Order: sequence, then structure tokens, then C-alpha cells
Amino acid sequence: MDLATLLPFIVNVIVGGLVLGFVYAIIALGYTMVYGVLQLINFAHSEVFVTGAVVGFEVFRVLAPSPMNGYLKLLIALVAAMAVSGLLNVLIERLAYRPLRNAPKLVPLITAIGVSLILQDLLRIIEGFQGRFDLTYTLPAGFSGKFCAAQSSCAAAGDFLRTVGIDLQLKDVILIVVALLSLGVLNYLVNRTRLGKAIRAVAQDRVTAGLMGIDSNRMISATFLIGGALGGISGVLFGMKFGTVNAYSGFDPGIIAFTAAVLGGIGSIPGAVLGGLVLGVIQNLIGVTNVFGSLLNIANLESINASYQRIGAFIVLVLILIFKPTGLLGKSNVEKV
Amino acid sequence: MTAANPSAPRRARPAPERTILLVLIFLVTSALLLLSHNSDLLGTLGGLGRLLQNPIVEAVIVSLFLANVLFAYLWRAAPWAKALVGLGSLLLVLPMAGQEDTSLLDLSIQIMIFAALALGLNIVVGLAGLLDLGYVAFFAVGAYTWGIFGSPRFGEILRYYGENPGATNAATLAFGLFLTAVTAASMVYIRRRVVRPTRLSTWSFGLASFGLVAGLLLTGRALLVLNASRAQGLANGIDGNFFWLFLALSILAAAIVGVLIGLPVLRLKGDYLAIITLGLGEVIRVLANNLDLFTAGSQGITPIKSAPVPWFDRLAGTLGFQPDQYYLLFLYLLVLAMIALILTVNIRLDRSRIGRAWIAIRDDEVAAQAMGVPLVQTKLIAFATGASFAGVMGMIFAAKQTFISPESFNLFQSIGVLSMVILGGMGSFPGVILGAAVVTLLNLRILPGLGEATANLGLPQQVNPGQLQRLIFGVILVTMMLLRPEGLLPNRRRTLELHQDENQEDESAQGEGRALTTGGEVYSPGFAPQKQEDRAGGAK
Repeated sequence: MDLATLLPFIVNVIVGGLVLGFVYAIIALGYTMVYGVLQLINFAHSEVFVTGAVVGFEVFRVLAPSPMNGYLKLLIALVAAMAVSGLLNVLIERLAYRPLRNAPKLVPLITAIGVSLILQDLLRIIEGFQGRFDLTYTLPAGFSGKFCAAQSSCAAAGDFLRTVGIDLQLKDVILIVVALLSLGVLNYLVNRTRLGKAIRAVAQDRVTAGLMGIDSNRMISATFLIGGALGGISGVLFGMKFGTVNAYSGFDPGIIAFTAAVLGGIGSIPGAVLGGLVLGVIQNLIGVTNVFGSLLNIANLESINASYQRIGAFIVLVLILIFKPTGLLGKSNVEKV
Repeated sequence: MTAANPSAPRRARPAPERTILLVLIFLVTSALLLLSHNSDLLGTLGGLGRLLQNPIVEAVIVSLFLANVLFAYLWRAAPWAKALVGLGSLLLVLPMAGQEDTSLLDLSIQIMIFAALALGLNIVVGLAGLLDLGYVAFFAVGAYTWGIFGSPRFGEILRYYGENPGATNAATLAFGLFLTAVTAASMVYIRRRVVRPTRLSTWSFGLASFGLVAGLLLTGRALLVLNASRAQGLANGIDGNFFWLFLALSILAAAIVGVLIGLPVLRLKGDYLAIITLGLGEVIRVLANNLDLFTAGSQGITPIKSAPVPWFDRLAGTLGFQPDQYYLLFLYLLVLAMIALILTVNIRLDRSRIGRAWIAIRDDEVAAQAMGVPLVQTKLIAFATGASFAGVMGMIFAAKQTFISPESFNLFQSIGVLSMVILGGMGSFPGVILGAAVVTLLNLRILPGLGEATANLGLPQQVNPGQLQRLIFGVILVTMMLLRPEGLLPNRRRTLELHQDENQEDESAQGEGRALTTGGEVYSPGFAPQKQEDRAGGAK
């Protein structure tokens, strides 16, 4: 491979990684918001996110025959997924976490694992009744096409992409736009509204916030609602990006998104986004080492495949936690005794 | 008022004497078990025989029989009766029933393997309070340690290296040994000389450990290549008598992996530790899935040997066992002995200095550290002990199944073992054994039995009880945590801790114990002002 072909190849890998990274970033936000308020890893978040993906699949499936505009279908899918996932997350909090608010920390963590197992099987059963296991997204027409391939209006952008050789699909661009939009809305919600202020107060000190007249239970529910809604969005985006999901496919992206949240500094919103983007790129680069590996003929590693990408994420997680436990943008937290 | 104290009533009113009842139940359930597993006799019984062969009835009988052992432990009875029931059930009745139906022996071995795993995880989670979600990795290490050497795999590895020898091997071996020695020495030197770790020392220690791994890999590879000529002789794996050596090696290997995984991650706490152990467990599974040369990838390794014990086979033969049952009976007794050993170790550790240090760390890490408990070292011991139990059981598991593949070591298995510990009661040894028995019976007998029984009811395939394992594990985890976090057979100390709130109220009403506070900090009147300008009167 010479440089002329290698360069666009690498650019492609990085762009693809960024697209992936936006999906991870939004999942990671769900973890980070809950962690920020309750200091609890919501293990069930990966299933909440898969629920969103399943809802998205159903909406696209039902709306597939209708001549509706593709963007409208996407909007309906997103809203439905946000509503279902958000409410599901609130329900989980109400039933499995709230009764254990003052229990030792191990206890809610274990219920979280339990809830995630229950949800996995429930999703499998529900979809199984229709004889489905792997859900293949039927995207609206044109979404899978190349970005700016035909329209003359964006010829400039298309020309640019063509010269650099980036292979960007329309759905990738939609994905980035949706992700950026939801990020913007979340940022506004948390930093500019009364609700956001109250949530931040509860995150800082639940008891004192309660003394100031903030209903901390309601604020925690609101956090779970927002986190779940973000999970719903990311579920639809994930389904669009990868094409298929099943009841158990939440595990991998869940872990990677959690790693992203830790990488950025858990509890920090911009950190989660940064972490997601970095991990997306790293993951794509690991996938590429397959090509480089066969190129350089590295020893016995004839099969560096997708599962090594997961190992890559874990190694990154271990390294961060050892060398910079607060993450890239996190603040250090002094333990109170 | 101590009435609210959950353990007090038990002490005040001793349980009634139940020797006769115990022996009676033992005799009845043993008779039922022996009867229901004797297919010749059942054939002559007609309708009753068919009822007894029903998978659910059979599962119930097995559960009832195993409950004997539990009763013998729990009830107040004459010591001879307890010993009779316990030993009689495990050493006499079960093997006798197993002679007619080997699946019973198989089931008992499986239960005991999981009981040992649960005991190991109990040390890590229940005593030391470190949530380990990758526990099954150590099980895998033990299984693969024997799986590779006790099967034709080893011969194939040697043959591969014979065909691809690489560099000159005597030189590689020498270099590998040299590198290993130098890096190990420098690691020890850094460890000894540096009192407070600096950035330089941390990095050089990391570099040295990297070199150590490289040196060991080189040495191992050179050794394999040098021995490649023996590939022919090892076409069926190494001699079965090495089983006993590997029993020790698998403990060692799992403990070493435990320390290696533990060293970097044990500085973390709670959630972080959980997620990272989960990740490392997955890493080991992915490696098993992808290192095709060593682990045969997803196809798995088979056949794996068990140890040849001629005198034991003769003994089993005179007792009426068939030759194909010898190895199962042998493994059954081996596992029984291992469980006894592990239980002894557990009880001794629990009452030792280390056990108290674990509990101190679980209860309050910072306070324990302040009191002089060496944090990392104590946690590492817990990790390595738990891992070594899993390692030895993994090896026995490999010998029993004669087949291992990465599928047996996924995250779901780890969560299964965790649910055993939680169901039984974290920190309580009889509890986790009970939990292991219940969950294993549920998985291997009751759910499949229910699945068979409901097969004709026209129930959709999706809700077949045989497939609901995840749901059931999830429900167990959630309901136990919500309703009875101390488990079925709670550890007394842990119960007190989990019900601290209720007890506290009583104590403070008596004028002793802590004041009623619902978490958060108490601002005491004597709290010194933090900043200059906070001072009363001001300092202008």
C-alpha cells in the first residue's frame, strides 16, 4: 500500500470512528448522568438502550410501507424510543434502586445486574413471539445511500469528499446531526434551566438540596428520564448504524460506552462526549490493525477480529483507571471520612 | 430493647431436639431416591413407576434428598445422627443411586463444583467486599491448564512449533532466560529500594514487568520448539498420572492470574472494580476464543483425560460399578474431598487475622487502612484465594466434561455464581453451598423438567421454562436484594449490619449507640469555622 491510498484510508477510518464515537457518546451520557447524581453504575442502561433500538426497529417496520417522508419516520422513531426508554428507566429506578437508597453500595449494583438480565429475557420473549431474534432495520429509502452523491446543491462538499476519498453515507451524517442536536438540548437543559440547576444541586449534596426545598426523589426520577431518553436516541442511532440488533446486543456497546464515560471523567458531560469520540476512533483503528497485521505479517496473530476491539476498550479502561482515575476532564474527588 | 435484634430470639429459645425426625426423613428420602433411580424396579411398579420417572418428581426427590444434608447441619440433633445423615447421604446413598443412574453422579459433581466456586467467590465478595464479575475467568484458567496438556492439543502445539521453529532455539532459550532473570531482578530491586513510588519508578517497574512477560514468552516458545520432536509420543496428551501435579499447578496458575489481574485493578473500588473485572473476564474468554493454536478456538478441546487410579477402579468394580462409571465415581469422591478441604480452609481463614482484615476492609476501607491493614496485600490474598479454588474446580470440570470450549466461561456463568452467593447469603459458608445447590438444581433439573412437562401444554417456545434462566437469575438477584439482602442462611454479623437502621433506633432509645441520623454529615456545634471571614465577629 503506498501513501496515496493509505492516507484516504486512514482518514476514512478516523471519520468512521467519529461516527461510531457519537453513538457511544450518547450512550455514555446516560451512564454519566445517573452516575453523577446517584454514584451508581446503571448496569441496566445497556438494556434500556437496546429497548430504544427495538422500539426504533418496530416503528421503522410499521412505517415502512407508508409513503411518508423518511425524516418524519426517523423523528417518530426517535420520539417513540425516547418515550419508552425514558419511562422504562424511571420505572427501573422506582422499583429497583429507590428502595435501596441507603443500603450498602454493593446492593443496588447487584439489583442493577438483575434488572439487566430480566430486561434481556423480556425483550427476547417479546420479539420472540413474532418469531424474530435478530432485528434488521429497514431504513427509509435513500438513507443508506452515499452522502451528497447525487444532489448538485452540495456539489462542493461532495467534491471535497471525493477528492479525500471519504466514504460517508447519508445515515452517518444524520446520525452526527441527531447526536449533536441532542447534545445541545441536554447541555441547555442541564446548564440553563431551573430543572438542570436542581439536578446539579441534588448531584452535589442530596441532603442539603432537600433542605433547600428541592424534592430530590423527583429530581432523580427526572435524571433517569433524561438518561433513558438519551438511551432511546442512541438505540435508534445504533440500529441505524449497524443494521441489526438483538436482545443481547446491548452488552458490548454498553461496556464501551461506560469506558467512554470513565475515560472522559465520569459525571462530566463534555467528558463523556470526548471519551466516546476517542474510543470510537481507537476501536476503528484496532479493526484496521487487521489490515496492517496481515501487511506486516505479525507473528501468529492471523485473526485480529472484532472481538479484539472489545479487548482494546478494556485495556484502555484499565490504563485510564491506573494512570488517571479521574478521566480526561474529570475533577478529583477527595474522600470524606 | 433487643427484641428487634433478628438473632436474639434464636439464642433465647433453642430449637427443639429433632434426632428421630432427622433420621426418619433421611431413611424415607434415601429410599425414594434409590427407588426412583432404579429403572428395573420402576418397570415392575407400573403407574407409580411412571410417576416417579417424571422429570419434575425426580427433581423434587433429589432436592428433598439433598435437603437432608442441610437439615443435618441446621437442626439440633444428636451428633451421631448428624454424622450418620451427612456421611451416609454423601458417601453411601448418592453413589449407590448414581450406580443406577449416572446422571445423578454428574449432577452431584456439578453441584459441588459450583459450591466450591461459590465458596471462592464468597471470599472475594462476601468477606472482602470486592464485587468480582469476572470470576469465571479463573475457572477457565484451571480448565485450560489441564485441558491443553491432558488432551491431544499438546501434541498438536508441539507439532506446530516443530514445523515453524523460527530462530535458533538454544540461543532463544538462553536470551529468554536472561531477559526473565534480569527483569525479575530489577522488579524486585525497584520494589525493595523505592519506598514512595515516583513517576520514574512506576514507569521503570512497568517496563520491567513488560520485559518479564516477553522473557517468559520467549523462554516458553523456545522450550516448545526444543521439545517439538516429542509430538508423536504425545498424540493423546501427557500421561494421566500428571493429573495430580496439574491439580497443584492449576491452583498455582489460577492464583497467579488472580494476582496479575488483581495487582493493577485492586486500587479501584466498588463499581469500577466490578466493571473492570467483568472486562478482564471477557478478555480471557476472548483469548480462549481466538488463540486457536492453544485452545482450538470456539470448537473447544476434546477429549480430556482424567487420572488413572487402578486400585480405585478395582474397588469400584467389586462394588458393582460399570467401567464407564469409574471415572465419574472417582471425580465425585475427589470433588467431595476438595469441598471438605476448601470448606476447612475457608473456616480457618475466616477466623484468622486475614479474615478479620477482609471484613474490616469490607465494612470500611478507609478506617481499615487507618488501622494499619495493608490494603492491596489483603485484597490480593482474597483475590488469589478465591481464584485458586476456582482454578482447581475448573480442572476437575474439564476432566468431568472431557470437553471445554469458551462458551462455558462467559459472563453469564459469573453472574450465575454471584447469584448463588447472594441467594445463599453473602459471607455465610453453609449459605453459599445451599445457594449453589438450589441454583444448580434449578438450572439442570427443575427448569428443564418444567420445560419437558409443559412441552405438551401448547405453551409458546419463547416462554419455555428451560430458556428462562436469565429471567430467573435476574428475579433472584433483584428480589433477594429488595426483600432479604442477607440471603437464605444469613451470616449473623452481616444481618446485623444490613438491618443497622432498625437496630440503631432501638439502641438510641436506650441512650446507647449512635444518634439517629439519616446519613449525611452532622454539623456539630463545635465545628470550627473553615475560612477567616467565617469567624464570628470578623477580623477586620
